[in-house]
Amino acid sequence: MKKHNNDGRFGIHGGQYIPETLMNAVLELEEAYEKYKNDPEFNQELTELFNEYAGRPSRLYYAKKMTEDLGGAKIYLKREDLNHTGAHKINNVLGQALLAKKMGKTRLIAETGAGQHGVATATAAALMGMECVVFMGEEDTKRQALNVYRMKLLGAEVVPVTTGTSTLKDAVSEAMREWTRRISDTHYCLGSVMGPHPFPTIVRDFQAVISKEIKEQILEKEGRLPDAVVACVGGGSNAIGSFYHFIDDEDVRLIGCEAAGRGADTFETAATISTGKLGIFHGMKSYFCQDEFGQIAPVYSISAGLDYPGIGPEHAHLHDIGRAEYVPVTDEEAVEAFEYLSKTEGIIPAIESAHAVAYAKKLAKEMDKDKIIVITISGRGDKDCAAIARYRGENIYE
Amino acid sequence: MNNSNIAKAFENKKAFIPFITCGDPDLDTTKKCVIAAVENGADLIELGIPFSDPTAEGPVIQEANERALKGGVTTDKIFDLVKEIRRTVTIPLVFMTYANVVFSYGTEKFMSNCKKVGIDGIIIPDLPFEEKNEFLPECEKYNVALISLIAPTSEDRVAMIAKEAQGFLYIVSSLGVTGTRSEITTDLGSIIDVVRQNTDIPCAIGFGISTPEQGKKMAALSDGAIVGSAIIKIIAKYKEKSPQYVGKFVKKMKDSIE
Repeated sequence: MKKHNNDGRFGIHGGQYIPETLMNAVLELEEAYEKYKNDPEFNQELTELFNEYAGRPSRLYYAKKMTEDLGGAKIYLKREDLNHTGAHKINNVLGQALLAKKMGKTRLIAETGAGQHGVATATAAALMGMECVVFMGEEDTKRQALNVYRMKLLGAEVVPVTTGTSTLKDAVSEAMREWTRRISDTHYCLGSVMGPHPFPTIVRDFQAVISKEIKEQILEKEGRLPDAVVACVGGGSNAIGSFYHFIDDEDVRLIGCEAAGRGADTFETAATISTGKLGIFHGMKSYFCQDEFGQIAPVYSISAGLDYPGIGPEHAHLHDIGRAEYVPVTDEEAVEAFEYLSKTEGIIPAIESAHAVAYAKKLAKEMDKDKIIVITISGRGDKDCAAIARYRGENIYE
Repeated sequence: MNNSNIAKAFENKKAFIPFITCGDPDLDTTKKCVIAAVENGADLIELGIPFSDPTAEGPVIQEANERALKGGVTTDKIFDLVKEIRRTVTIPLVFMTYANVVFSYGTEKFMSNCKKVGIDGIIIPDLPFEEKNEFLPECEKYNVALISLIAPTSEDRVAMIAKEAQGFLYIVSSLGVTGTRSEITTDLGSIIDVVRQNTDIPCAIGFGISTPEQGKKMAALSDGAIVGSAIIKIIAKYKEKSPQYVGKFVKKMKDSIE
């Protein structure tokens, strides 16, 4: 199966719909990435950072209690929450920061939703001695106040974004605007498999370590491939990372869980595949939540990390060709799964990852006991405790 | 292809090109502002179709977009507005909007409507040279010039873009987003030299121009000056009463660049 074309397209999706001011910057990035992606020295450095600094490989944990409780398929959890900084975001950031350093850049800028990508970028910047500025929707700085403090502690500047809906999409727009202001010393460390080419490919490749490890680990534990891989999808970086090495294994179901917010049939949703249509935004052609005149919709999810009106172009393509399935999961279902995994396995997942747990719970019950599901726990949930407590009516603040 | 109406804007000395966001604060004010600009010497007008997330704009034009959308303006209402304006206005009119506004409307229908109401060209800031085929076939079919931008970072891309330019070339004066600047430091002269070697199409400079002095300097380097944020600020301040102030500003700018 042809996964993507070389021109930065995934089927009809992708491309480079950006201001002329940024064109040479993305071309320079593409050239640098082509040069380093197969460079043994670069890859050795990155592997060392992954293993020694970020704590890879992450565990593939057999969730015995959850499996027994649900009474269906065997459930494994890919523990990206155990990575340094507490989420899968560090994989991409270490890769991009190393690449930026090789390109002679001294400053990283990033957008962040839940704050995990911002924290990861601030971490890599601290490690590599680079300047760091993170753009975060003002709404999210409130929802994720602890992460704002973490970024500042790591030496980054956090800029609250007050335009639009003051959430992730506006943080992306503002980071893009900042990049057009200052290009020569600055790398835009985009956090998901979205934006203009080559970002969807670069981020995918750095996150593909997740599925590479899942494959090795499940073969070792079970001697066969899983029947389904389930991950949450906002832009879609942990999902594509979890899917990538299984794309050619057509018997493995790939399931992305979108944030339906208060329901995919309401306006307060961020479920792009369920409710969006084809469009061009943030540098890419893909599916977006939008109105009939192409105005981007003010999406909503309890999860700041999934609160984005689009989806990465490779996911849009996998949806088009029917290789991956995308399902909506509501706030309520995600919160229940957040509590369920905490109580059942003693693992507090990020509210983003809880969307995947919620769907897998339903799926496992429908599958036989000899089937295997892998759920990617993309991050840990400490950051979400205060918000979930408030959702449940407990008035606690960080 | 060249849209002959656009060429006319540059026949009368240096061109002054104001930008106005349609529907800020309402469509009637937009119409009156356009007419005031024309009466005071505007040579071509850029009409902005608002977009929810205008990534190439600074705060001033972002806010104008928000105000217009909140006021209920839509692409269809803007086509109706242009039809109205065309009853009296003959100077070239071009749209400035984002790729998704055109794409979601349906490119064929959008460009066909442009032709019907008398739009001469379109500027799409998130459509670089590499992606122009997204809209070019329909633009050519309906004789709507697809106006390209050249940036201070374009470097080796300037000649490539200039060779295939249509209508006029929009030279971005400085890095960053739209908005007024105290100083423009890009070496625009050498960019324009390369443009001239590669095309006969006129070029105008925009981004950051707000004073008659800047306008004069930029127009001297090129074939015209484009002013957006400075006009939007006037409209934001005077709202429904802004047409007379926009007119005065346009006159001051046009007088300085000629």
